[in-house]
Amino acid sequence: MRKASVPRSRNARKPRAFGVETVRSRLDVKGLALVGVILTFAAAGAFFMWAPPAGAGKRSAAAVVGSGKKAPKSFGSLPITQLTEDEAILHALNRLAYGPRPGDVERIRQMGLEKWISQQLSFNSGDDPELDAKLDEFKTLGMSSEQLLEKYPPPNEVAKREGMAPEEYRQQMQERLQQKRQELRQEGMDPAQIQFETMPGPQRIEAELDLATIDRAIYSNRQLYEMMSNFWANHFNVNVNKGADRWLVTDYVEHTIRPRTMGKFEDLLVATAKSPAMLFYLDNWLSADPIAAQEMQAELAQRRRRFQGLFEGMTPPQPGEFPQPGGAPGRQVQAQMPPKKPERGLNENYGREVMELHTLGVNGGYTQADVIQMAECLTGWTIRAPRKDPQFFFDERIHDRSAKTVMGKKFGYGGMKDGLAALHMLARSPATAKHISFELAQHFVSDTPPQALVQRMADTFTLSDGDIRAVLRTMIYSPEFWSKEAFRAKVKTPFEVAVSAARALDLQTTASPQLAQWVGRMGEPLYQCEPPTGYADTADVWVNAGALLNRLNFALTLATNHMPGTSTDLESLLGQEAGTNAEAALSQALQDFLGGQISEQTHRTLEKELSDPQILQARLDDPVKHVNEGLIAGLVLGAPEFQRK
Amino acid sequence: MKITRRVFLKNGGVAMIGLSAMPSFLQRAIADTSAPNKKKLVVLFQRGAMDGLNVVVPFAEPNYYRLRPTIAIPQPTSGSQEAALDLDGFFGLHPSLQPFEQLFHSGQLAIVEAVGSPDPTRSHFDAQDFMESGTPGARSTDDGWLNRSLQGLAEEKTSAFRAVAFGPYLPLTLRGRASAIAIPDLKQFRLFGNPQVTEGGFEAMYAQTVDQALHGVGQETFEAVDSLKKLDPDNYQPENGAEYPKSRFGKSLQEIAELLKADLGMEVAFLDSSGWDNHVNEGGVQGQLANLLKDLSQGIVAFHQDLGDRMEDIVFVSMSEFGRTAHENGNRGTDHGHANCMFVMGGAVKGGKVYTQWPGMSDGQLYQDRDLAVTTDFRSVLGEIVTKHLGNSNLGSVFPGFDNDPRKFLNILKT
Repeated sequence: MRKASVPRSRNARKPRAFGVETVRSRLDVKGLALVGVILTFAAAGAFFMWAPPAGAGKRSAAAVVGSGKKAPKSFGSLPITQLTEDEAILHALNRLAYGPRPGDVERIRQMGLEKWISQQLSFNSGDDPELDAKLDEFKTLGMSSEQLLEKYPPPNEVAKREGMAPEEYRQQMQERLQQKRQELRQEGMDPAQIQFETMPGPQRIEAELDLATIDRAIYSNRQLYEMMSNFWANHFNVNVNKGADRWLVTDYVEHTIRPRTMGKFEDLLVATAKSPAMLFYLDNWLSADPIAAQEMQAELAQRRRRFQGLFEGMTPPQPGEFPQPGGAPGRQVQAQMPPKKPERGLNENYGREVMELHTLGVNGGYTQADVIQMAECLTGWTIRAPRKDPQFFFDERIHDRSAKTVMGKKFGYGGMKDGLAALHMLARSPATAKHISFELAQHFVSDTPPQALVQRMADTFTLSDGDIRAVLRTMIYSPEFWSKEAFRAKVKTPFEVAVSAARALDLQTTASPQLAQWVGRMGEPLYQCEPPTGYADTADVWVNAGALLNRLNFALTLATNHMPGTSTDLESLLGQEAGTNAEAALSQALQDFLGGQISEQTHRTLEKELSDPQILQARLDDPVKHVNEGLIAGLVLGAPEFQRK
Repeated sequence: MKITRRVFLKNGGVAMIGLSAMPSFLQRAIADTSAPNKKKLVVLFQRGAMDGLNVVVPFAEPNYYRLRPTIAIPQPTSGSQEAALDLDGFFGLHPSLQPFEQLFHSGQLAIVEAVGSPDPTRSHFDAQDFMESGTPGARSTDDGWLNRSLQGLAEEKTSAFRAVAFGPYLPLTLRGRASAIAIPDLKQFRLFGNPQVTEGGFEAMYAQTVDQALHGVGQETFEAVDSLKKLDPDNYQPENGAEYPKSRFGKSLQEIAELLKADLGMEVAFLDSSGWDNHVNEGGVQGQLANLLKDLSQGIVAFHQDLGDRMEDIVFVSMSEFGRTAHENGNRGTDHGHANCMFVMGGAVKGGKVYTQWPGMSDGQLYQDRDLAVTTDFRSVLGEIVTKHLGNSNLGSVFPGFDNDPRKFLNILKT
């Protein structure tokens, strides 16, 4: 197992971190909570909100000179001592972005690495005209769940409305789509476009979200922002295949996750807790205090008798009011077949996962009793009008009003404040700071991140009230981030393979459902992770024979222009000479795709392949041998070096 | 030059010469490598925590009906059309498991009840990791019990298919020093393009690379791709009228059967199924759980049928990370619990019996006042299979820190 050692040079610790240490030691000595809080705010304000103080730059520059290398100006105060300028830029592009696009390395060299990083950290600076034009095609992104349910109703519901059996309706739909496909084919429409235009209803919603996610990762200038959005969507995983979530995940990604990606952790936590997508996915929308629920039922029944139906419509959402999934053949869908009048009671699913996965971590120090009482705090957090216009709704009537104790803290306010206060406690817990910091370090630095780094990030997390940007800044301004051990140490996930290959090839996409399908085939179907853990972030999960084979086939398919809905212009990418000179093609591909970072062995192997007649083809009427650039590009994108970042 | 199976196949040996014209030493070489161990093991992991109490139903336990007022499976004698299928007067099968009845009564299927991990965790991923690593409570174990059970055997690394997971990932159960591969889709297990260039190029790159992790996996990949060339998965015909369900589970089972019949040297196969985490509307005789059980029993019975006589050498075993609460929750589902049940099937099995020390379900008997207690450690079930079936008696390294005394086996397998 790899254990990255922590460089202990004098500049290893930034002045900001030093400030943190001071605060902590004072807290330890005096143990005065109030002083601690004041100092915390002061420290956070002084050290995290602004760029590093000028002194920091001088210090690290001096240390670099001391180590015998001259640090490029563009490094600014970044603590880079073990990587060359090219390596550092490539590392930044691989770790804080989805890999280099042609010309990126040079652009960052011109602009200065620190400046580029500071742009990435301030997501408002992104100006994405190229991307925005593409996203305009995906109309569902801007639609509310209500609009989605209206426009893409569940097939079973439509069938019912039209007085048909679901099977009959489905068959009719398929025939209709088949006919449309034929027509479009005759009109000469691109196959990818046809596939996209003739998806059965609700599938279109997910397809657009997948493609938007892919396009954003490929084209956005706000690369770090996109990485963080995907990180949080995975951390707060919701599976689109679970019943109604098909109609809810778009709103979840667009309006719950993305606006809070770089903000405060607690905002994100509370927003996900209230989101219909999460409420449905982890069942909290059904969780109720059994006694309160009974009382409510009894009272409603009495009123109904008294007022003869005047209060109808006041019943809380019942399970099963959600549209049934359908029309998504081949998908594993958890059907929610409800009985007519279910009794309601406590459901501890979300109460557990919010502690285990979203905040404290599995060793966060909670017990089964804490899980139950956490769930009790969150009773009444449910969904209003789930069939029509799914919105968060706190239903006082099914809330557990008794006093609850979670991890030693009492929550007896009654009402929604119980849940909010309990979530607040979780967000502020040191275990959460550590858990989130570990996950971030594992995502951005190494499968086994150095403990000192995680601790430093956790300190920032605590002092800044979970300011995500501040934690990222601490990570990036840590020498561990730029260590030799971290360089090229991470294996790309399937999504990262797909997107980085697209970036390397300067790929042009129209709607390409196949591109999204390939991400799934390599093992990471987007928004379809069934367990609440989300996808793994370590190599041991992604490196295996079947997955590797799919990666190689993906590289070949994409580079040889066999992926409908995508195209790459290798002739202009690899230069004029490459068309007839295989070696020139290879060396340009290595430079463009891998920044020239290739082992001698791989290079030699590739050179040997170049003489193969499949790569150098002579056409009948033309004695000049033409290079199969797609094949060369495919081989490089399938090389071991491209699997790492 | 040493003639290995791989080199031989690469040169087109088998297909070109045919077995009869082959020199005898080569015939031997092939025979040796294709069947290093006649015994095969198929392992199923049911992810999400199956509700064992509604799968193998303790219908003679009155508390069962008290704790599950709306989702309990009726007693066999209830007169209901859809009731538990009586096994032994105390336990009954969920009606969706009807295809299992015949397997059970013919002695091919055994059930272990109140089995599980002693670790108290109710976290899916911790409990899965513990069961897969075979070391409950120890988070640092980074290889799986099934991989370790192969490490001890003499015939290590004879076939690229010795250990195969059917799915997109190599599960922890199979991770470790012994080589193992994952096959997401047998039909797609080949390289695109002209094999001379693409296979040649990629294979050489991965053979040469200094990247240790990728070097190993590359080698496994290309060996497997090579051997699979003689298979024709598009035209596979199940035998004996077997009909696999058209689910992912059914497809994986069929692929396992196909590889077993092809004699490519597969000794252990792993597959998993999901959807068992039924917190809401789990259902009783019908519903979500019932549908999953239909898939399970139809798949297993098809597999048993398809393999026919070969089942004599095959053992199938299932497990799930933990059971579910003895009582149903407020949404006609169940939450995370403790003990569960396991199925063991095959020719070597002393079936027709529910192996259990029934812990009871009254208030004082439930684990932490809510779950079925574990009275059999899952490791003693697996340990018996590893020893008697796979022939690895070095259980100390397969299940370190566990009392692996063979005298404590349940004797589910014939000796």
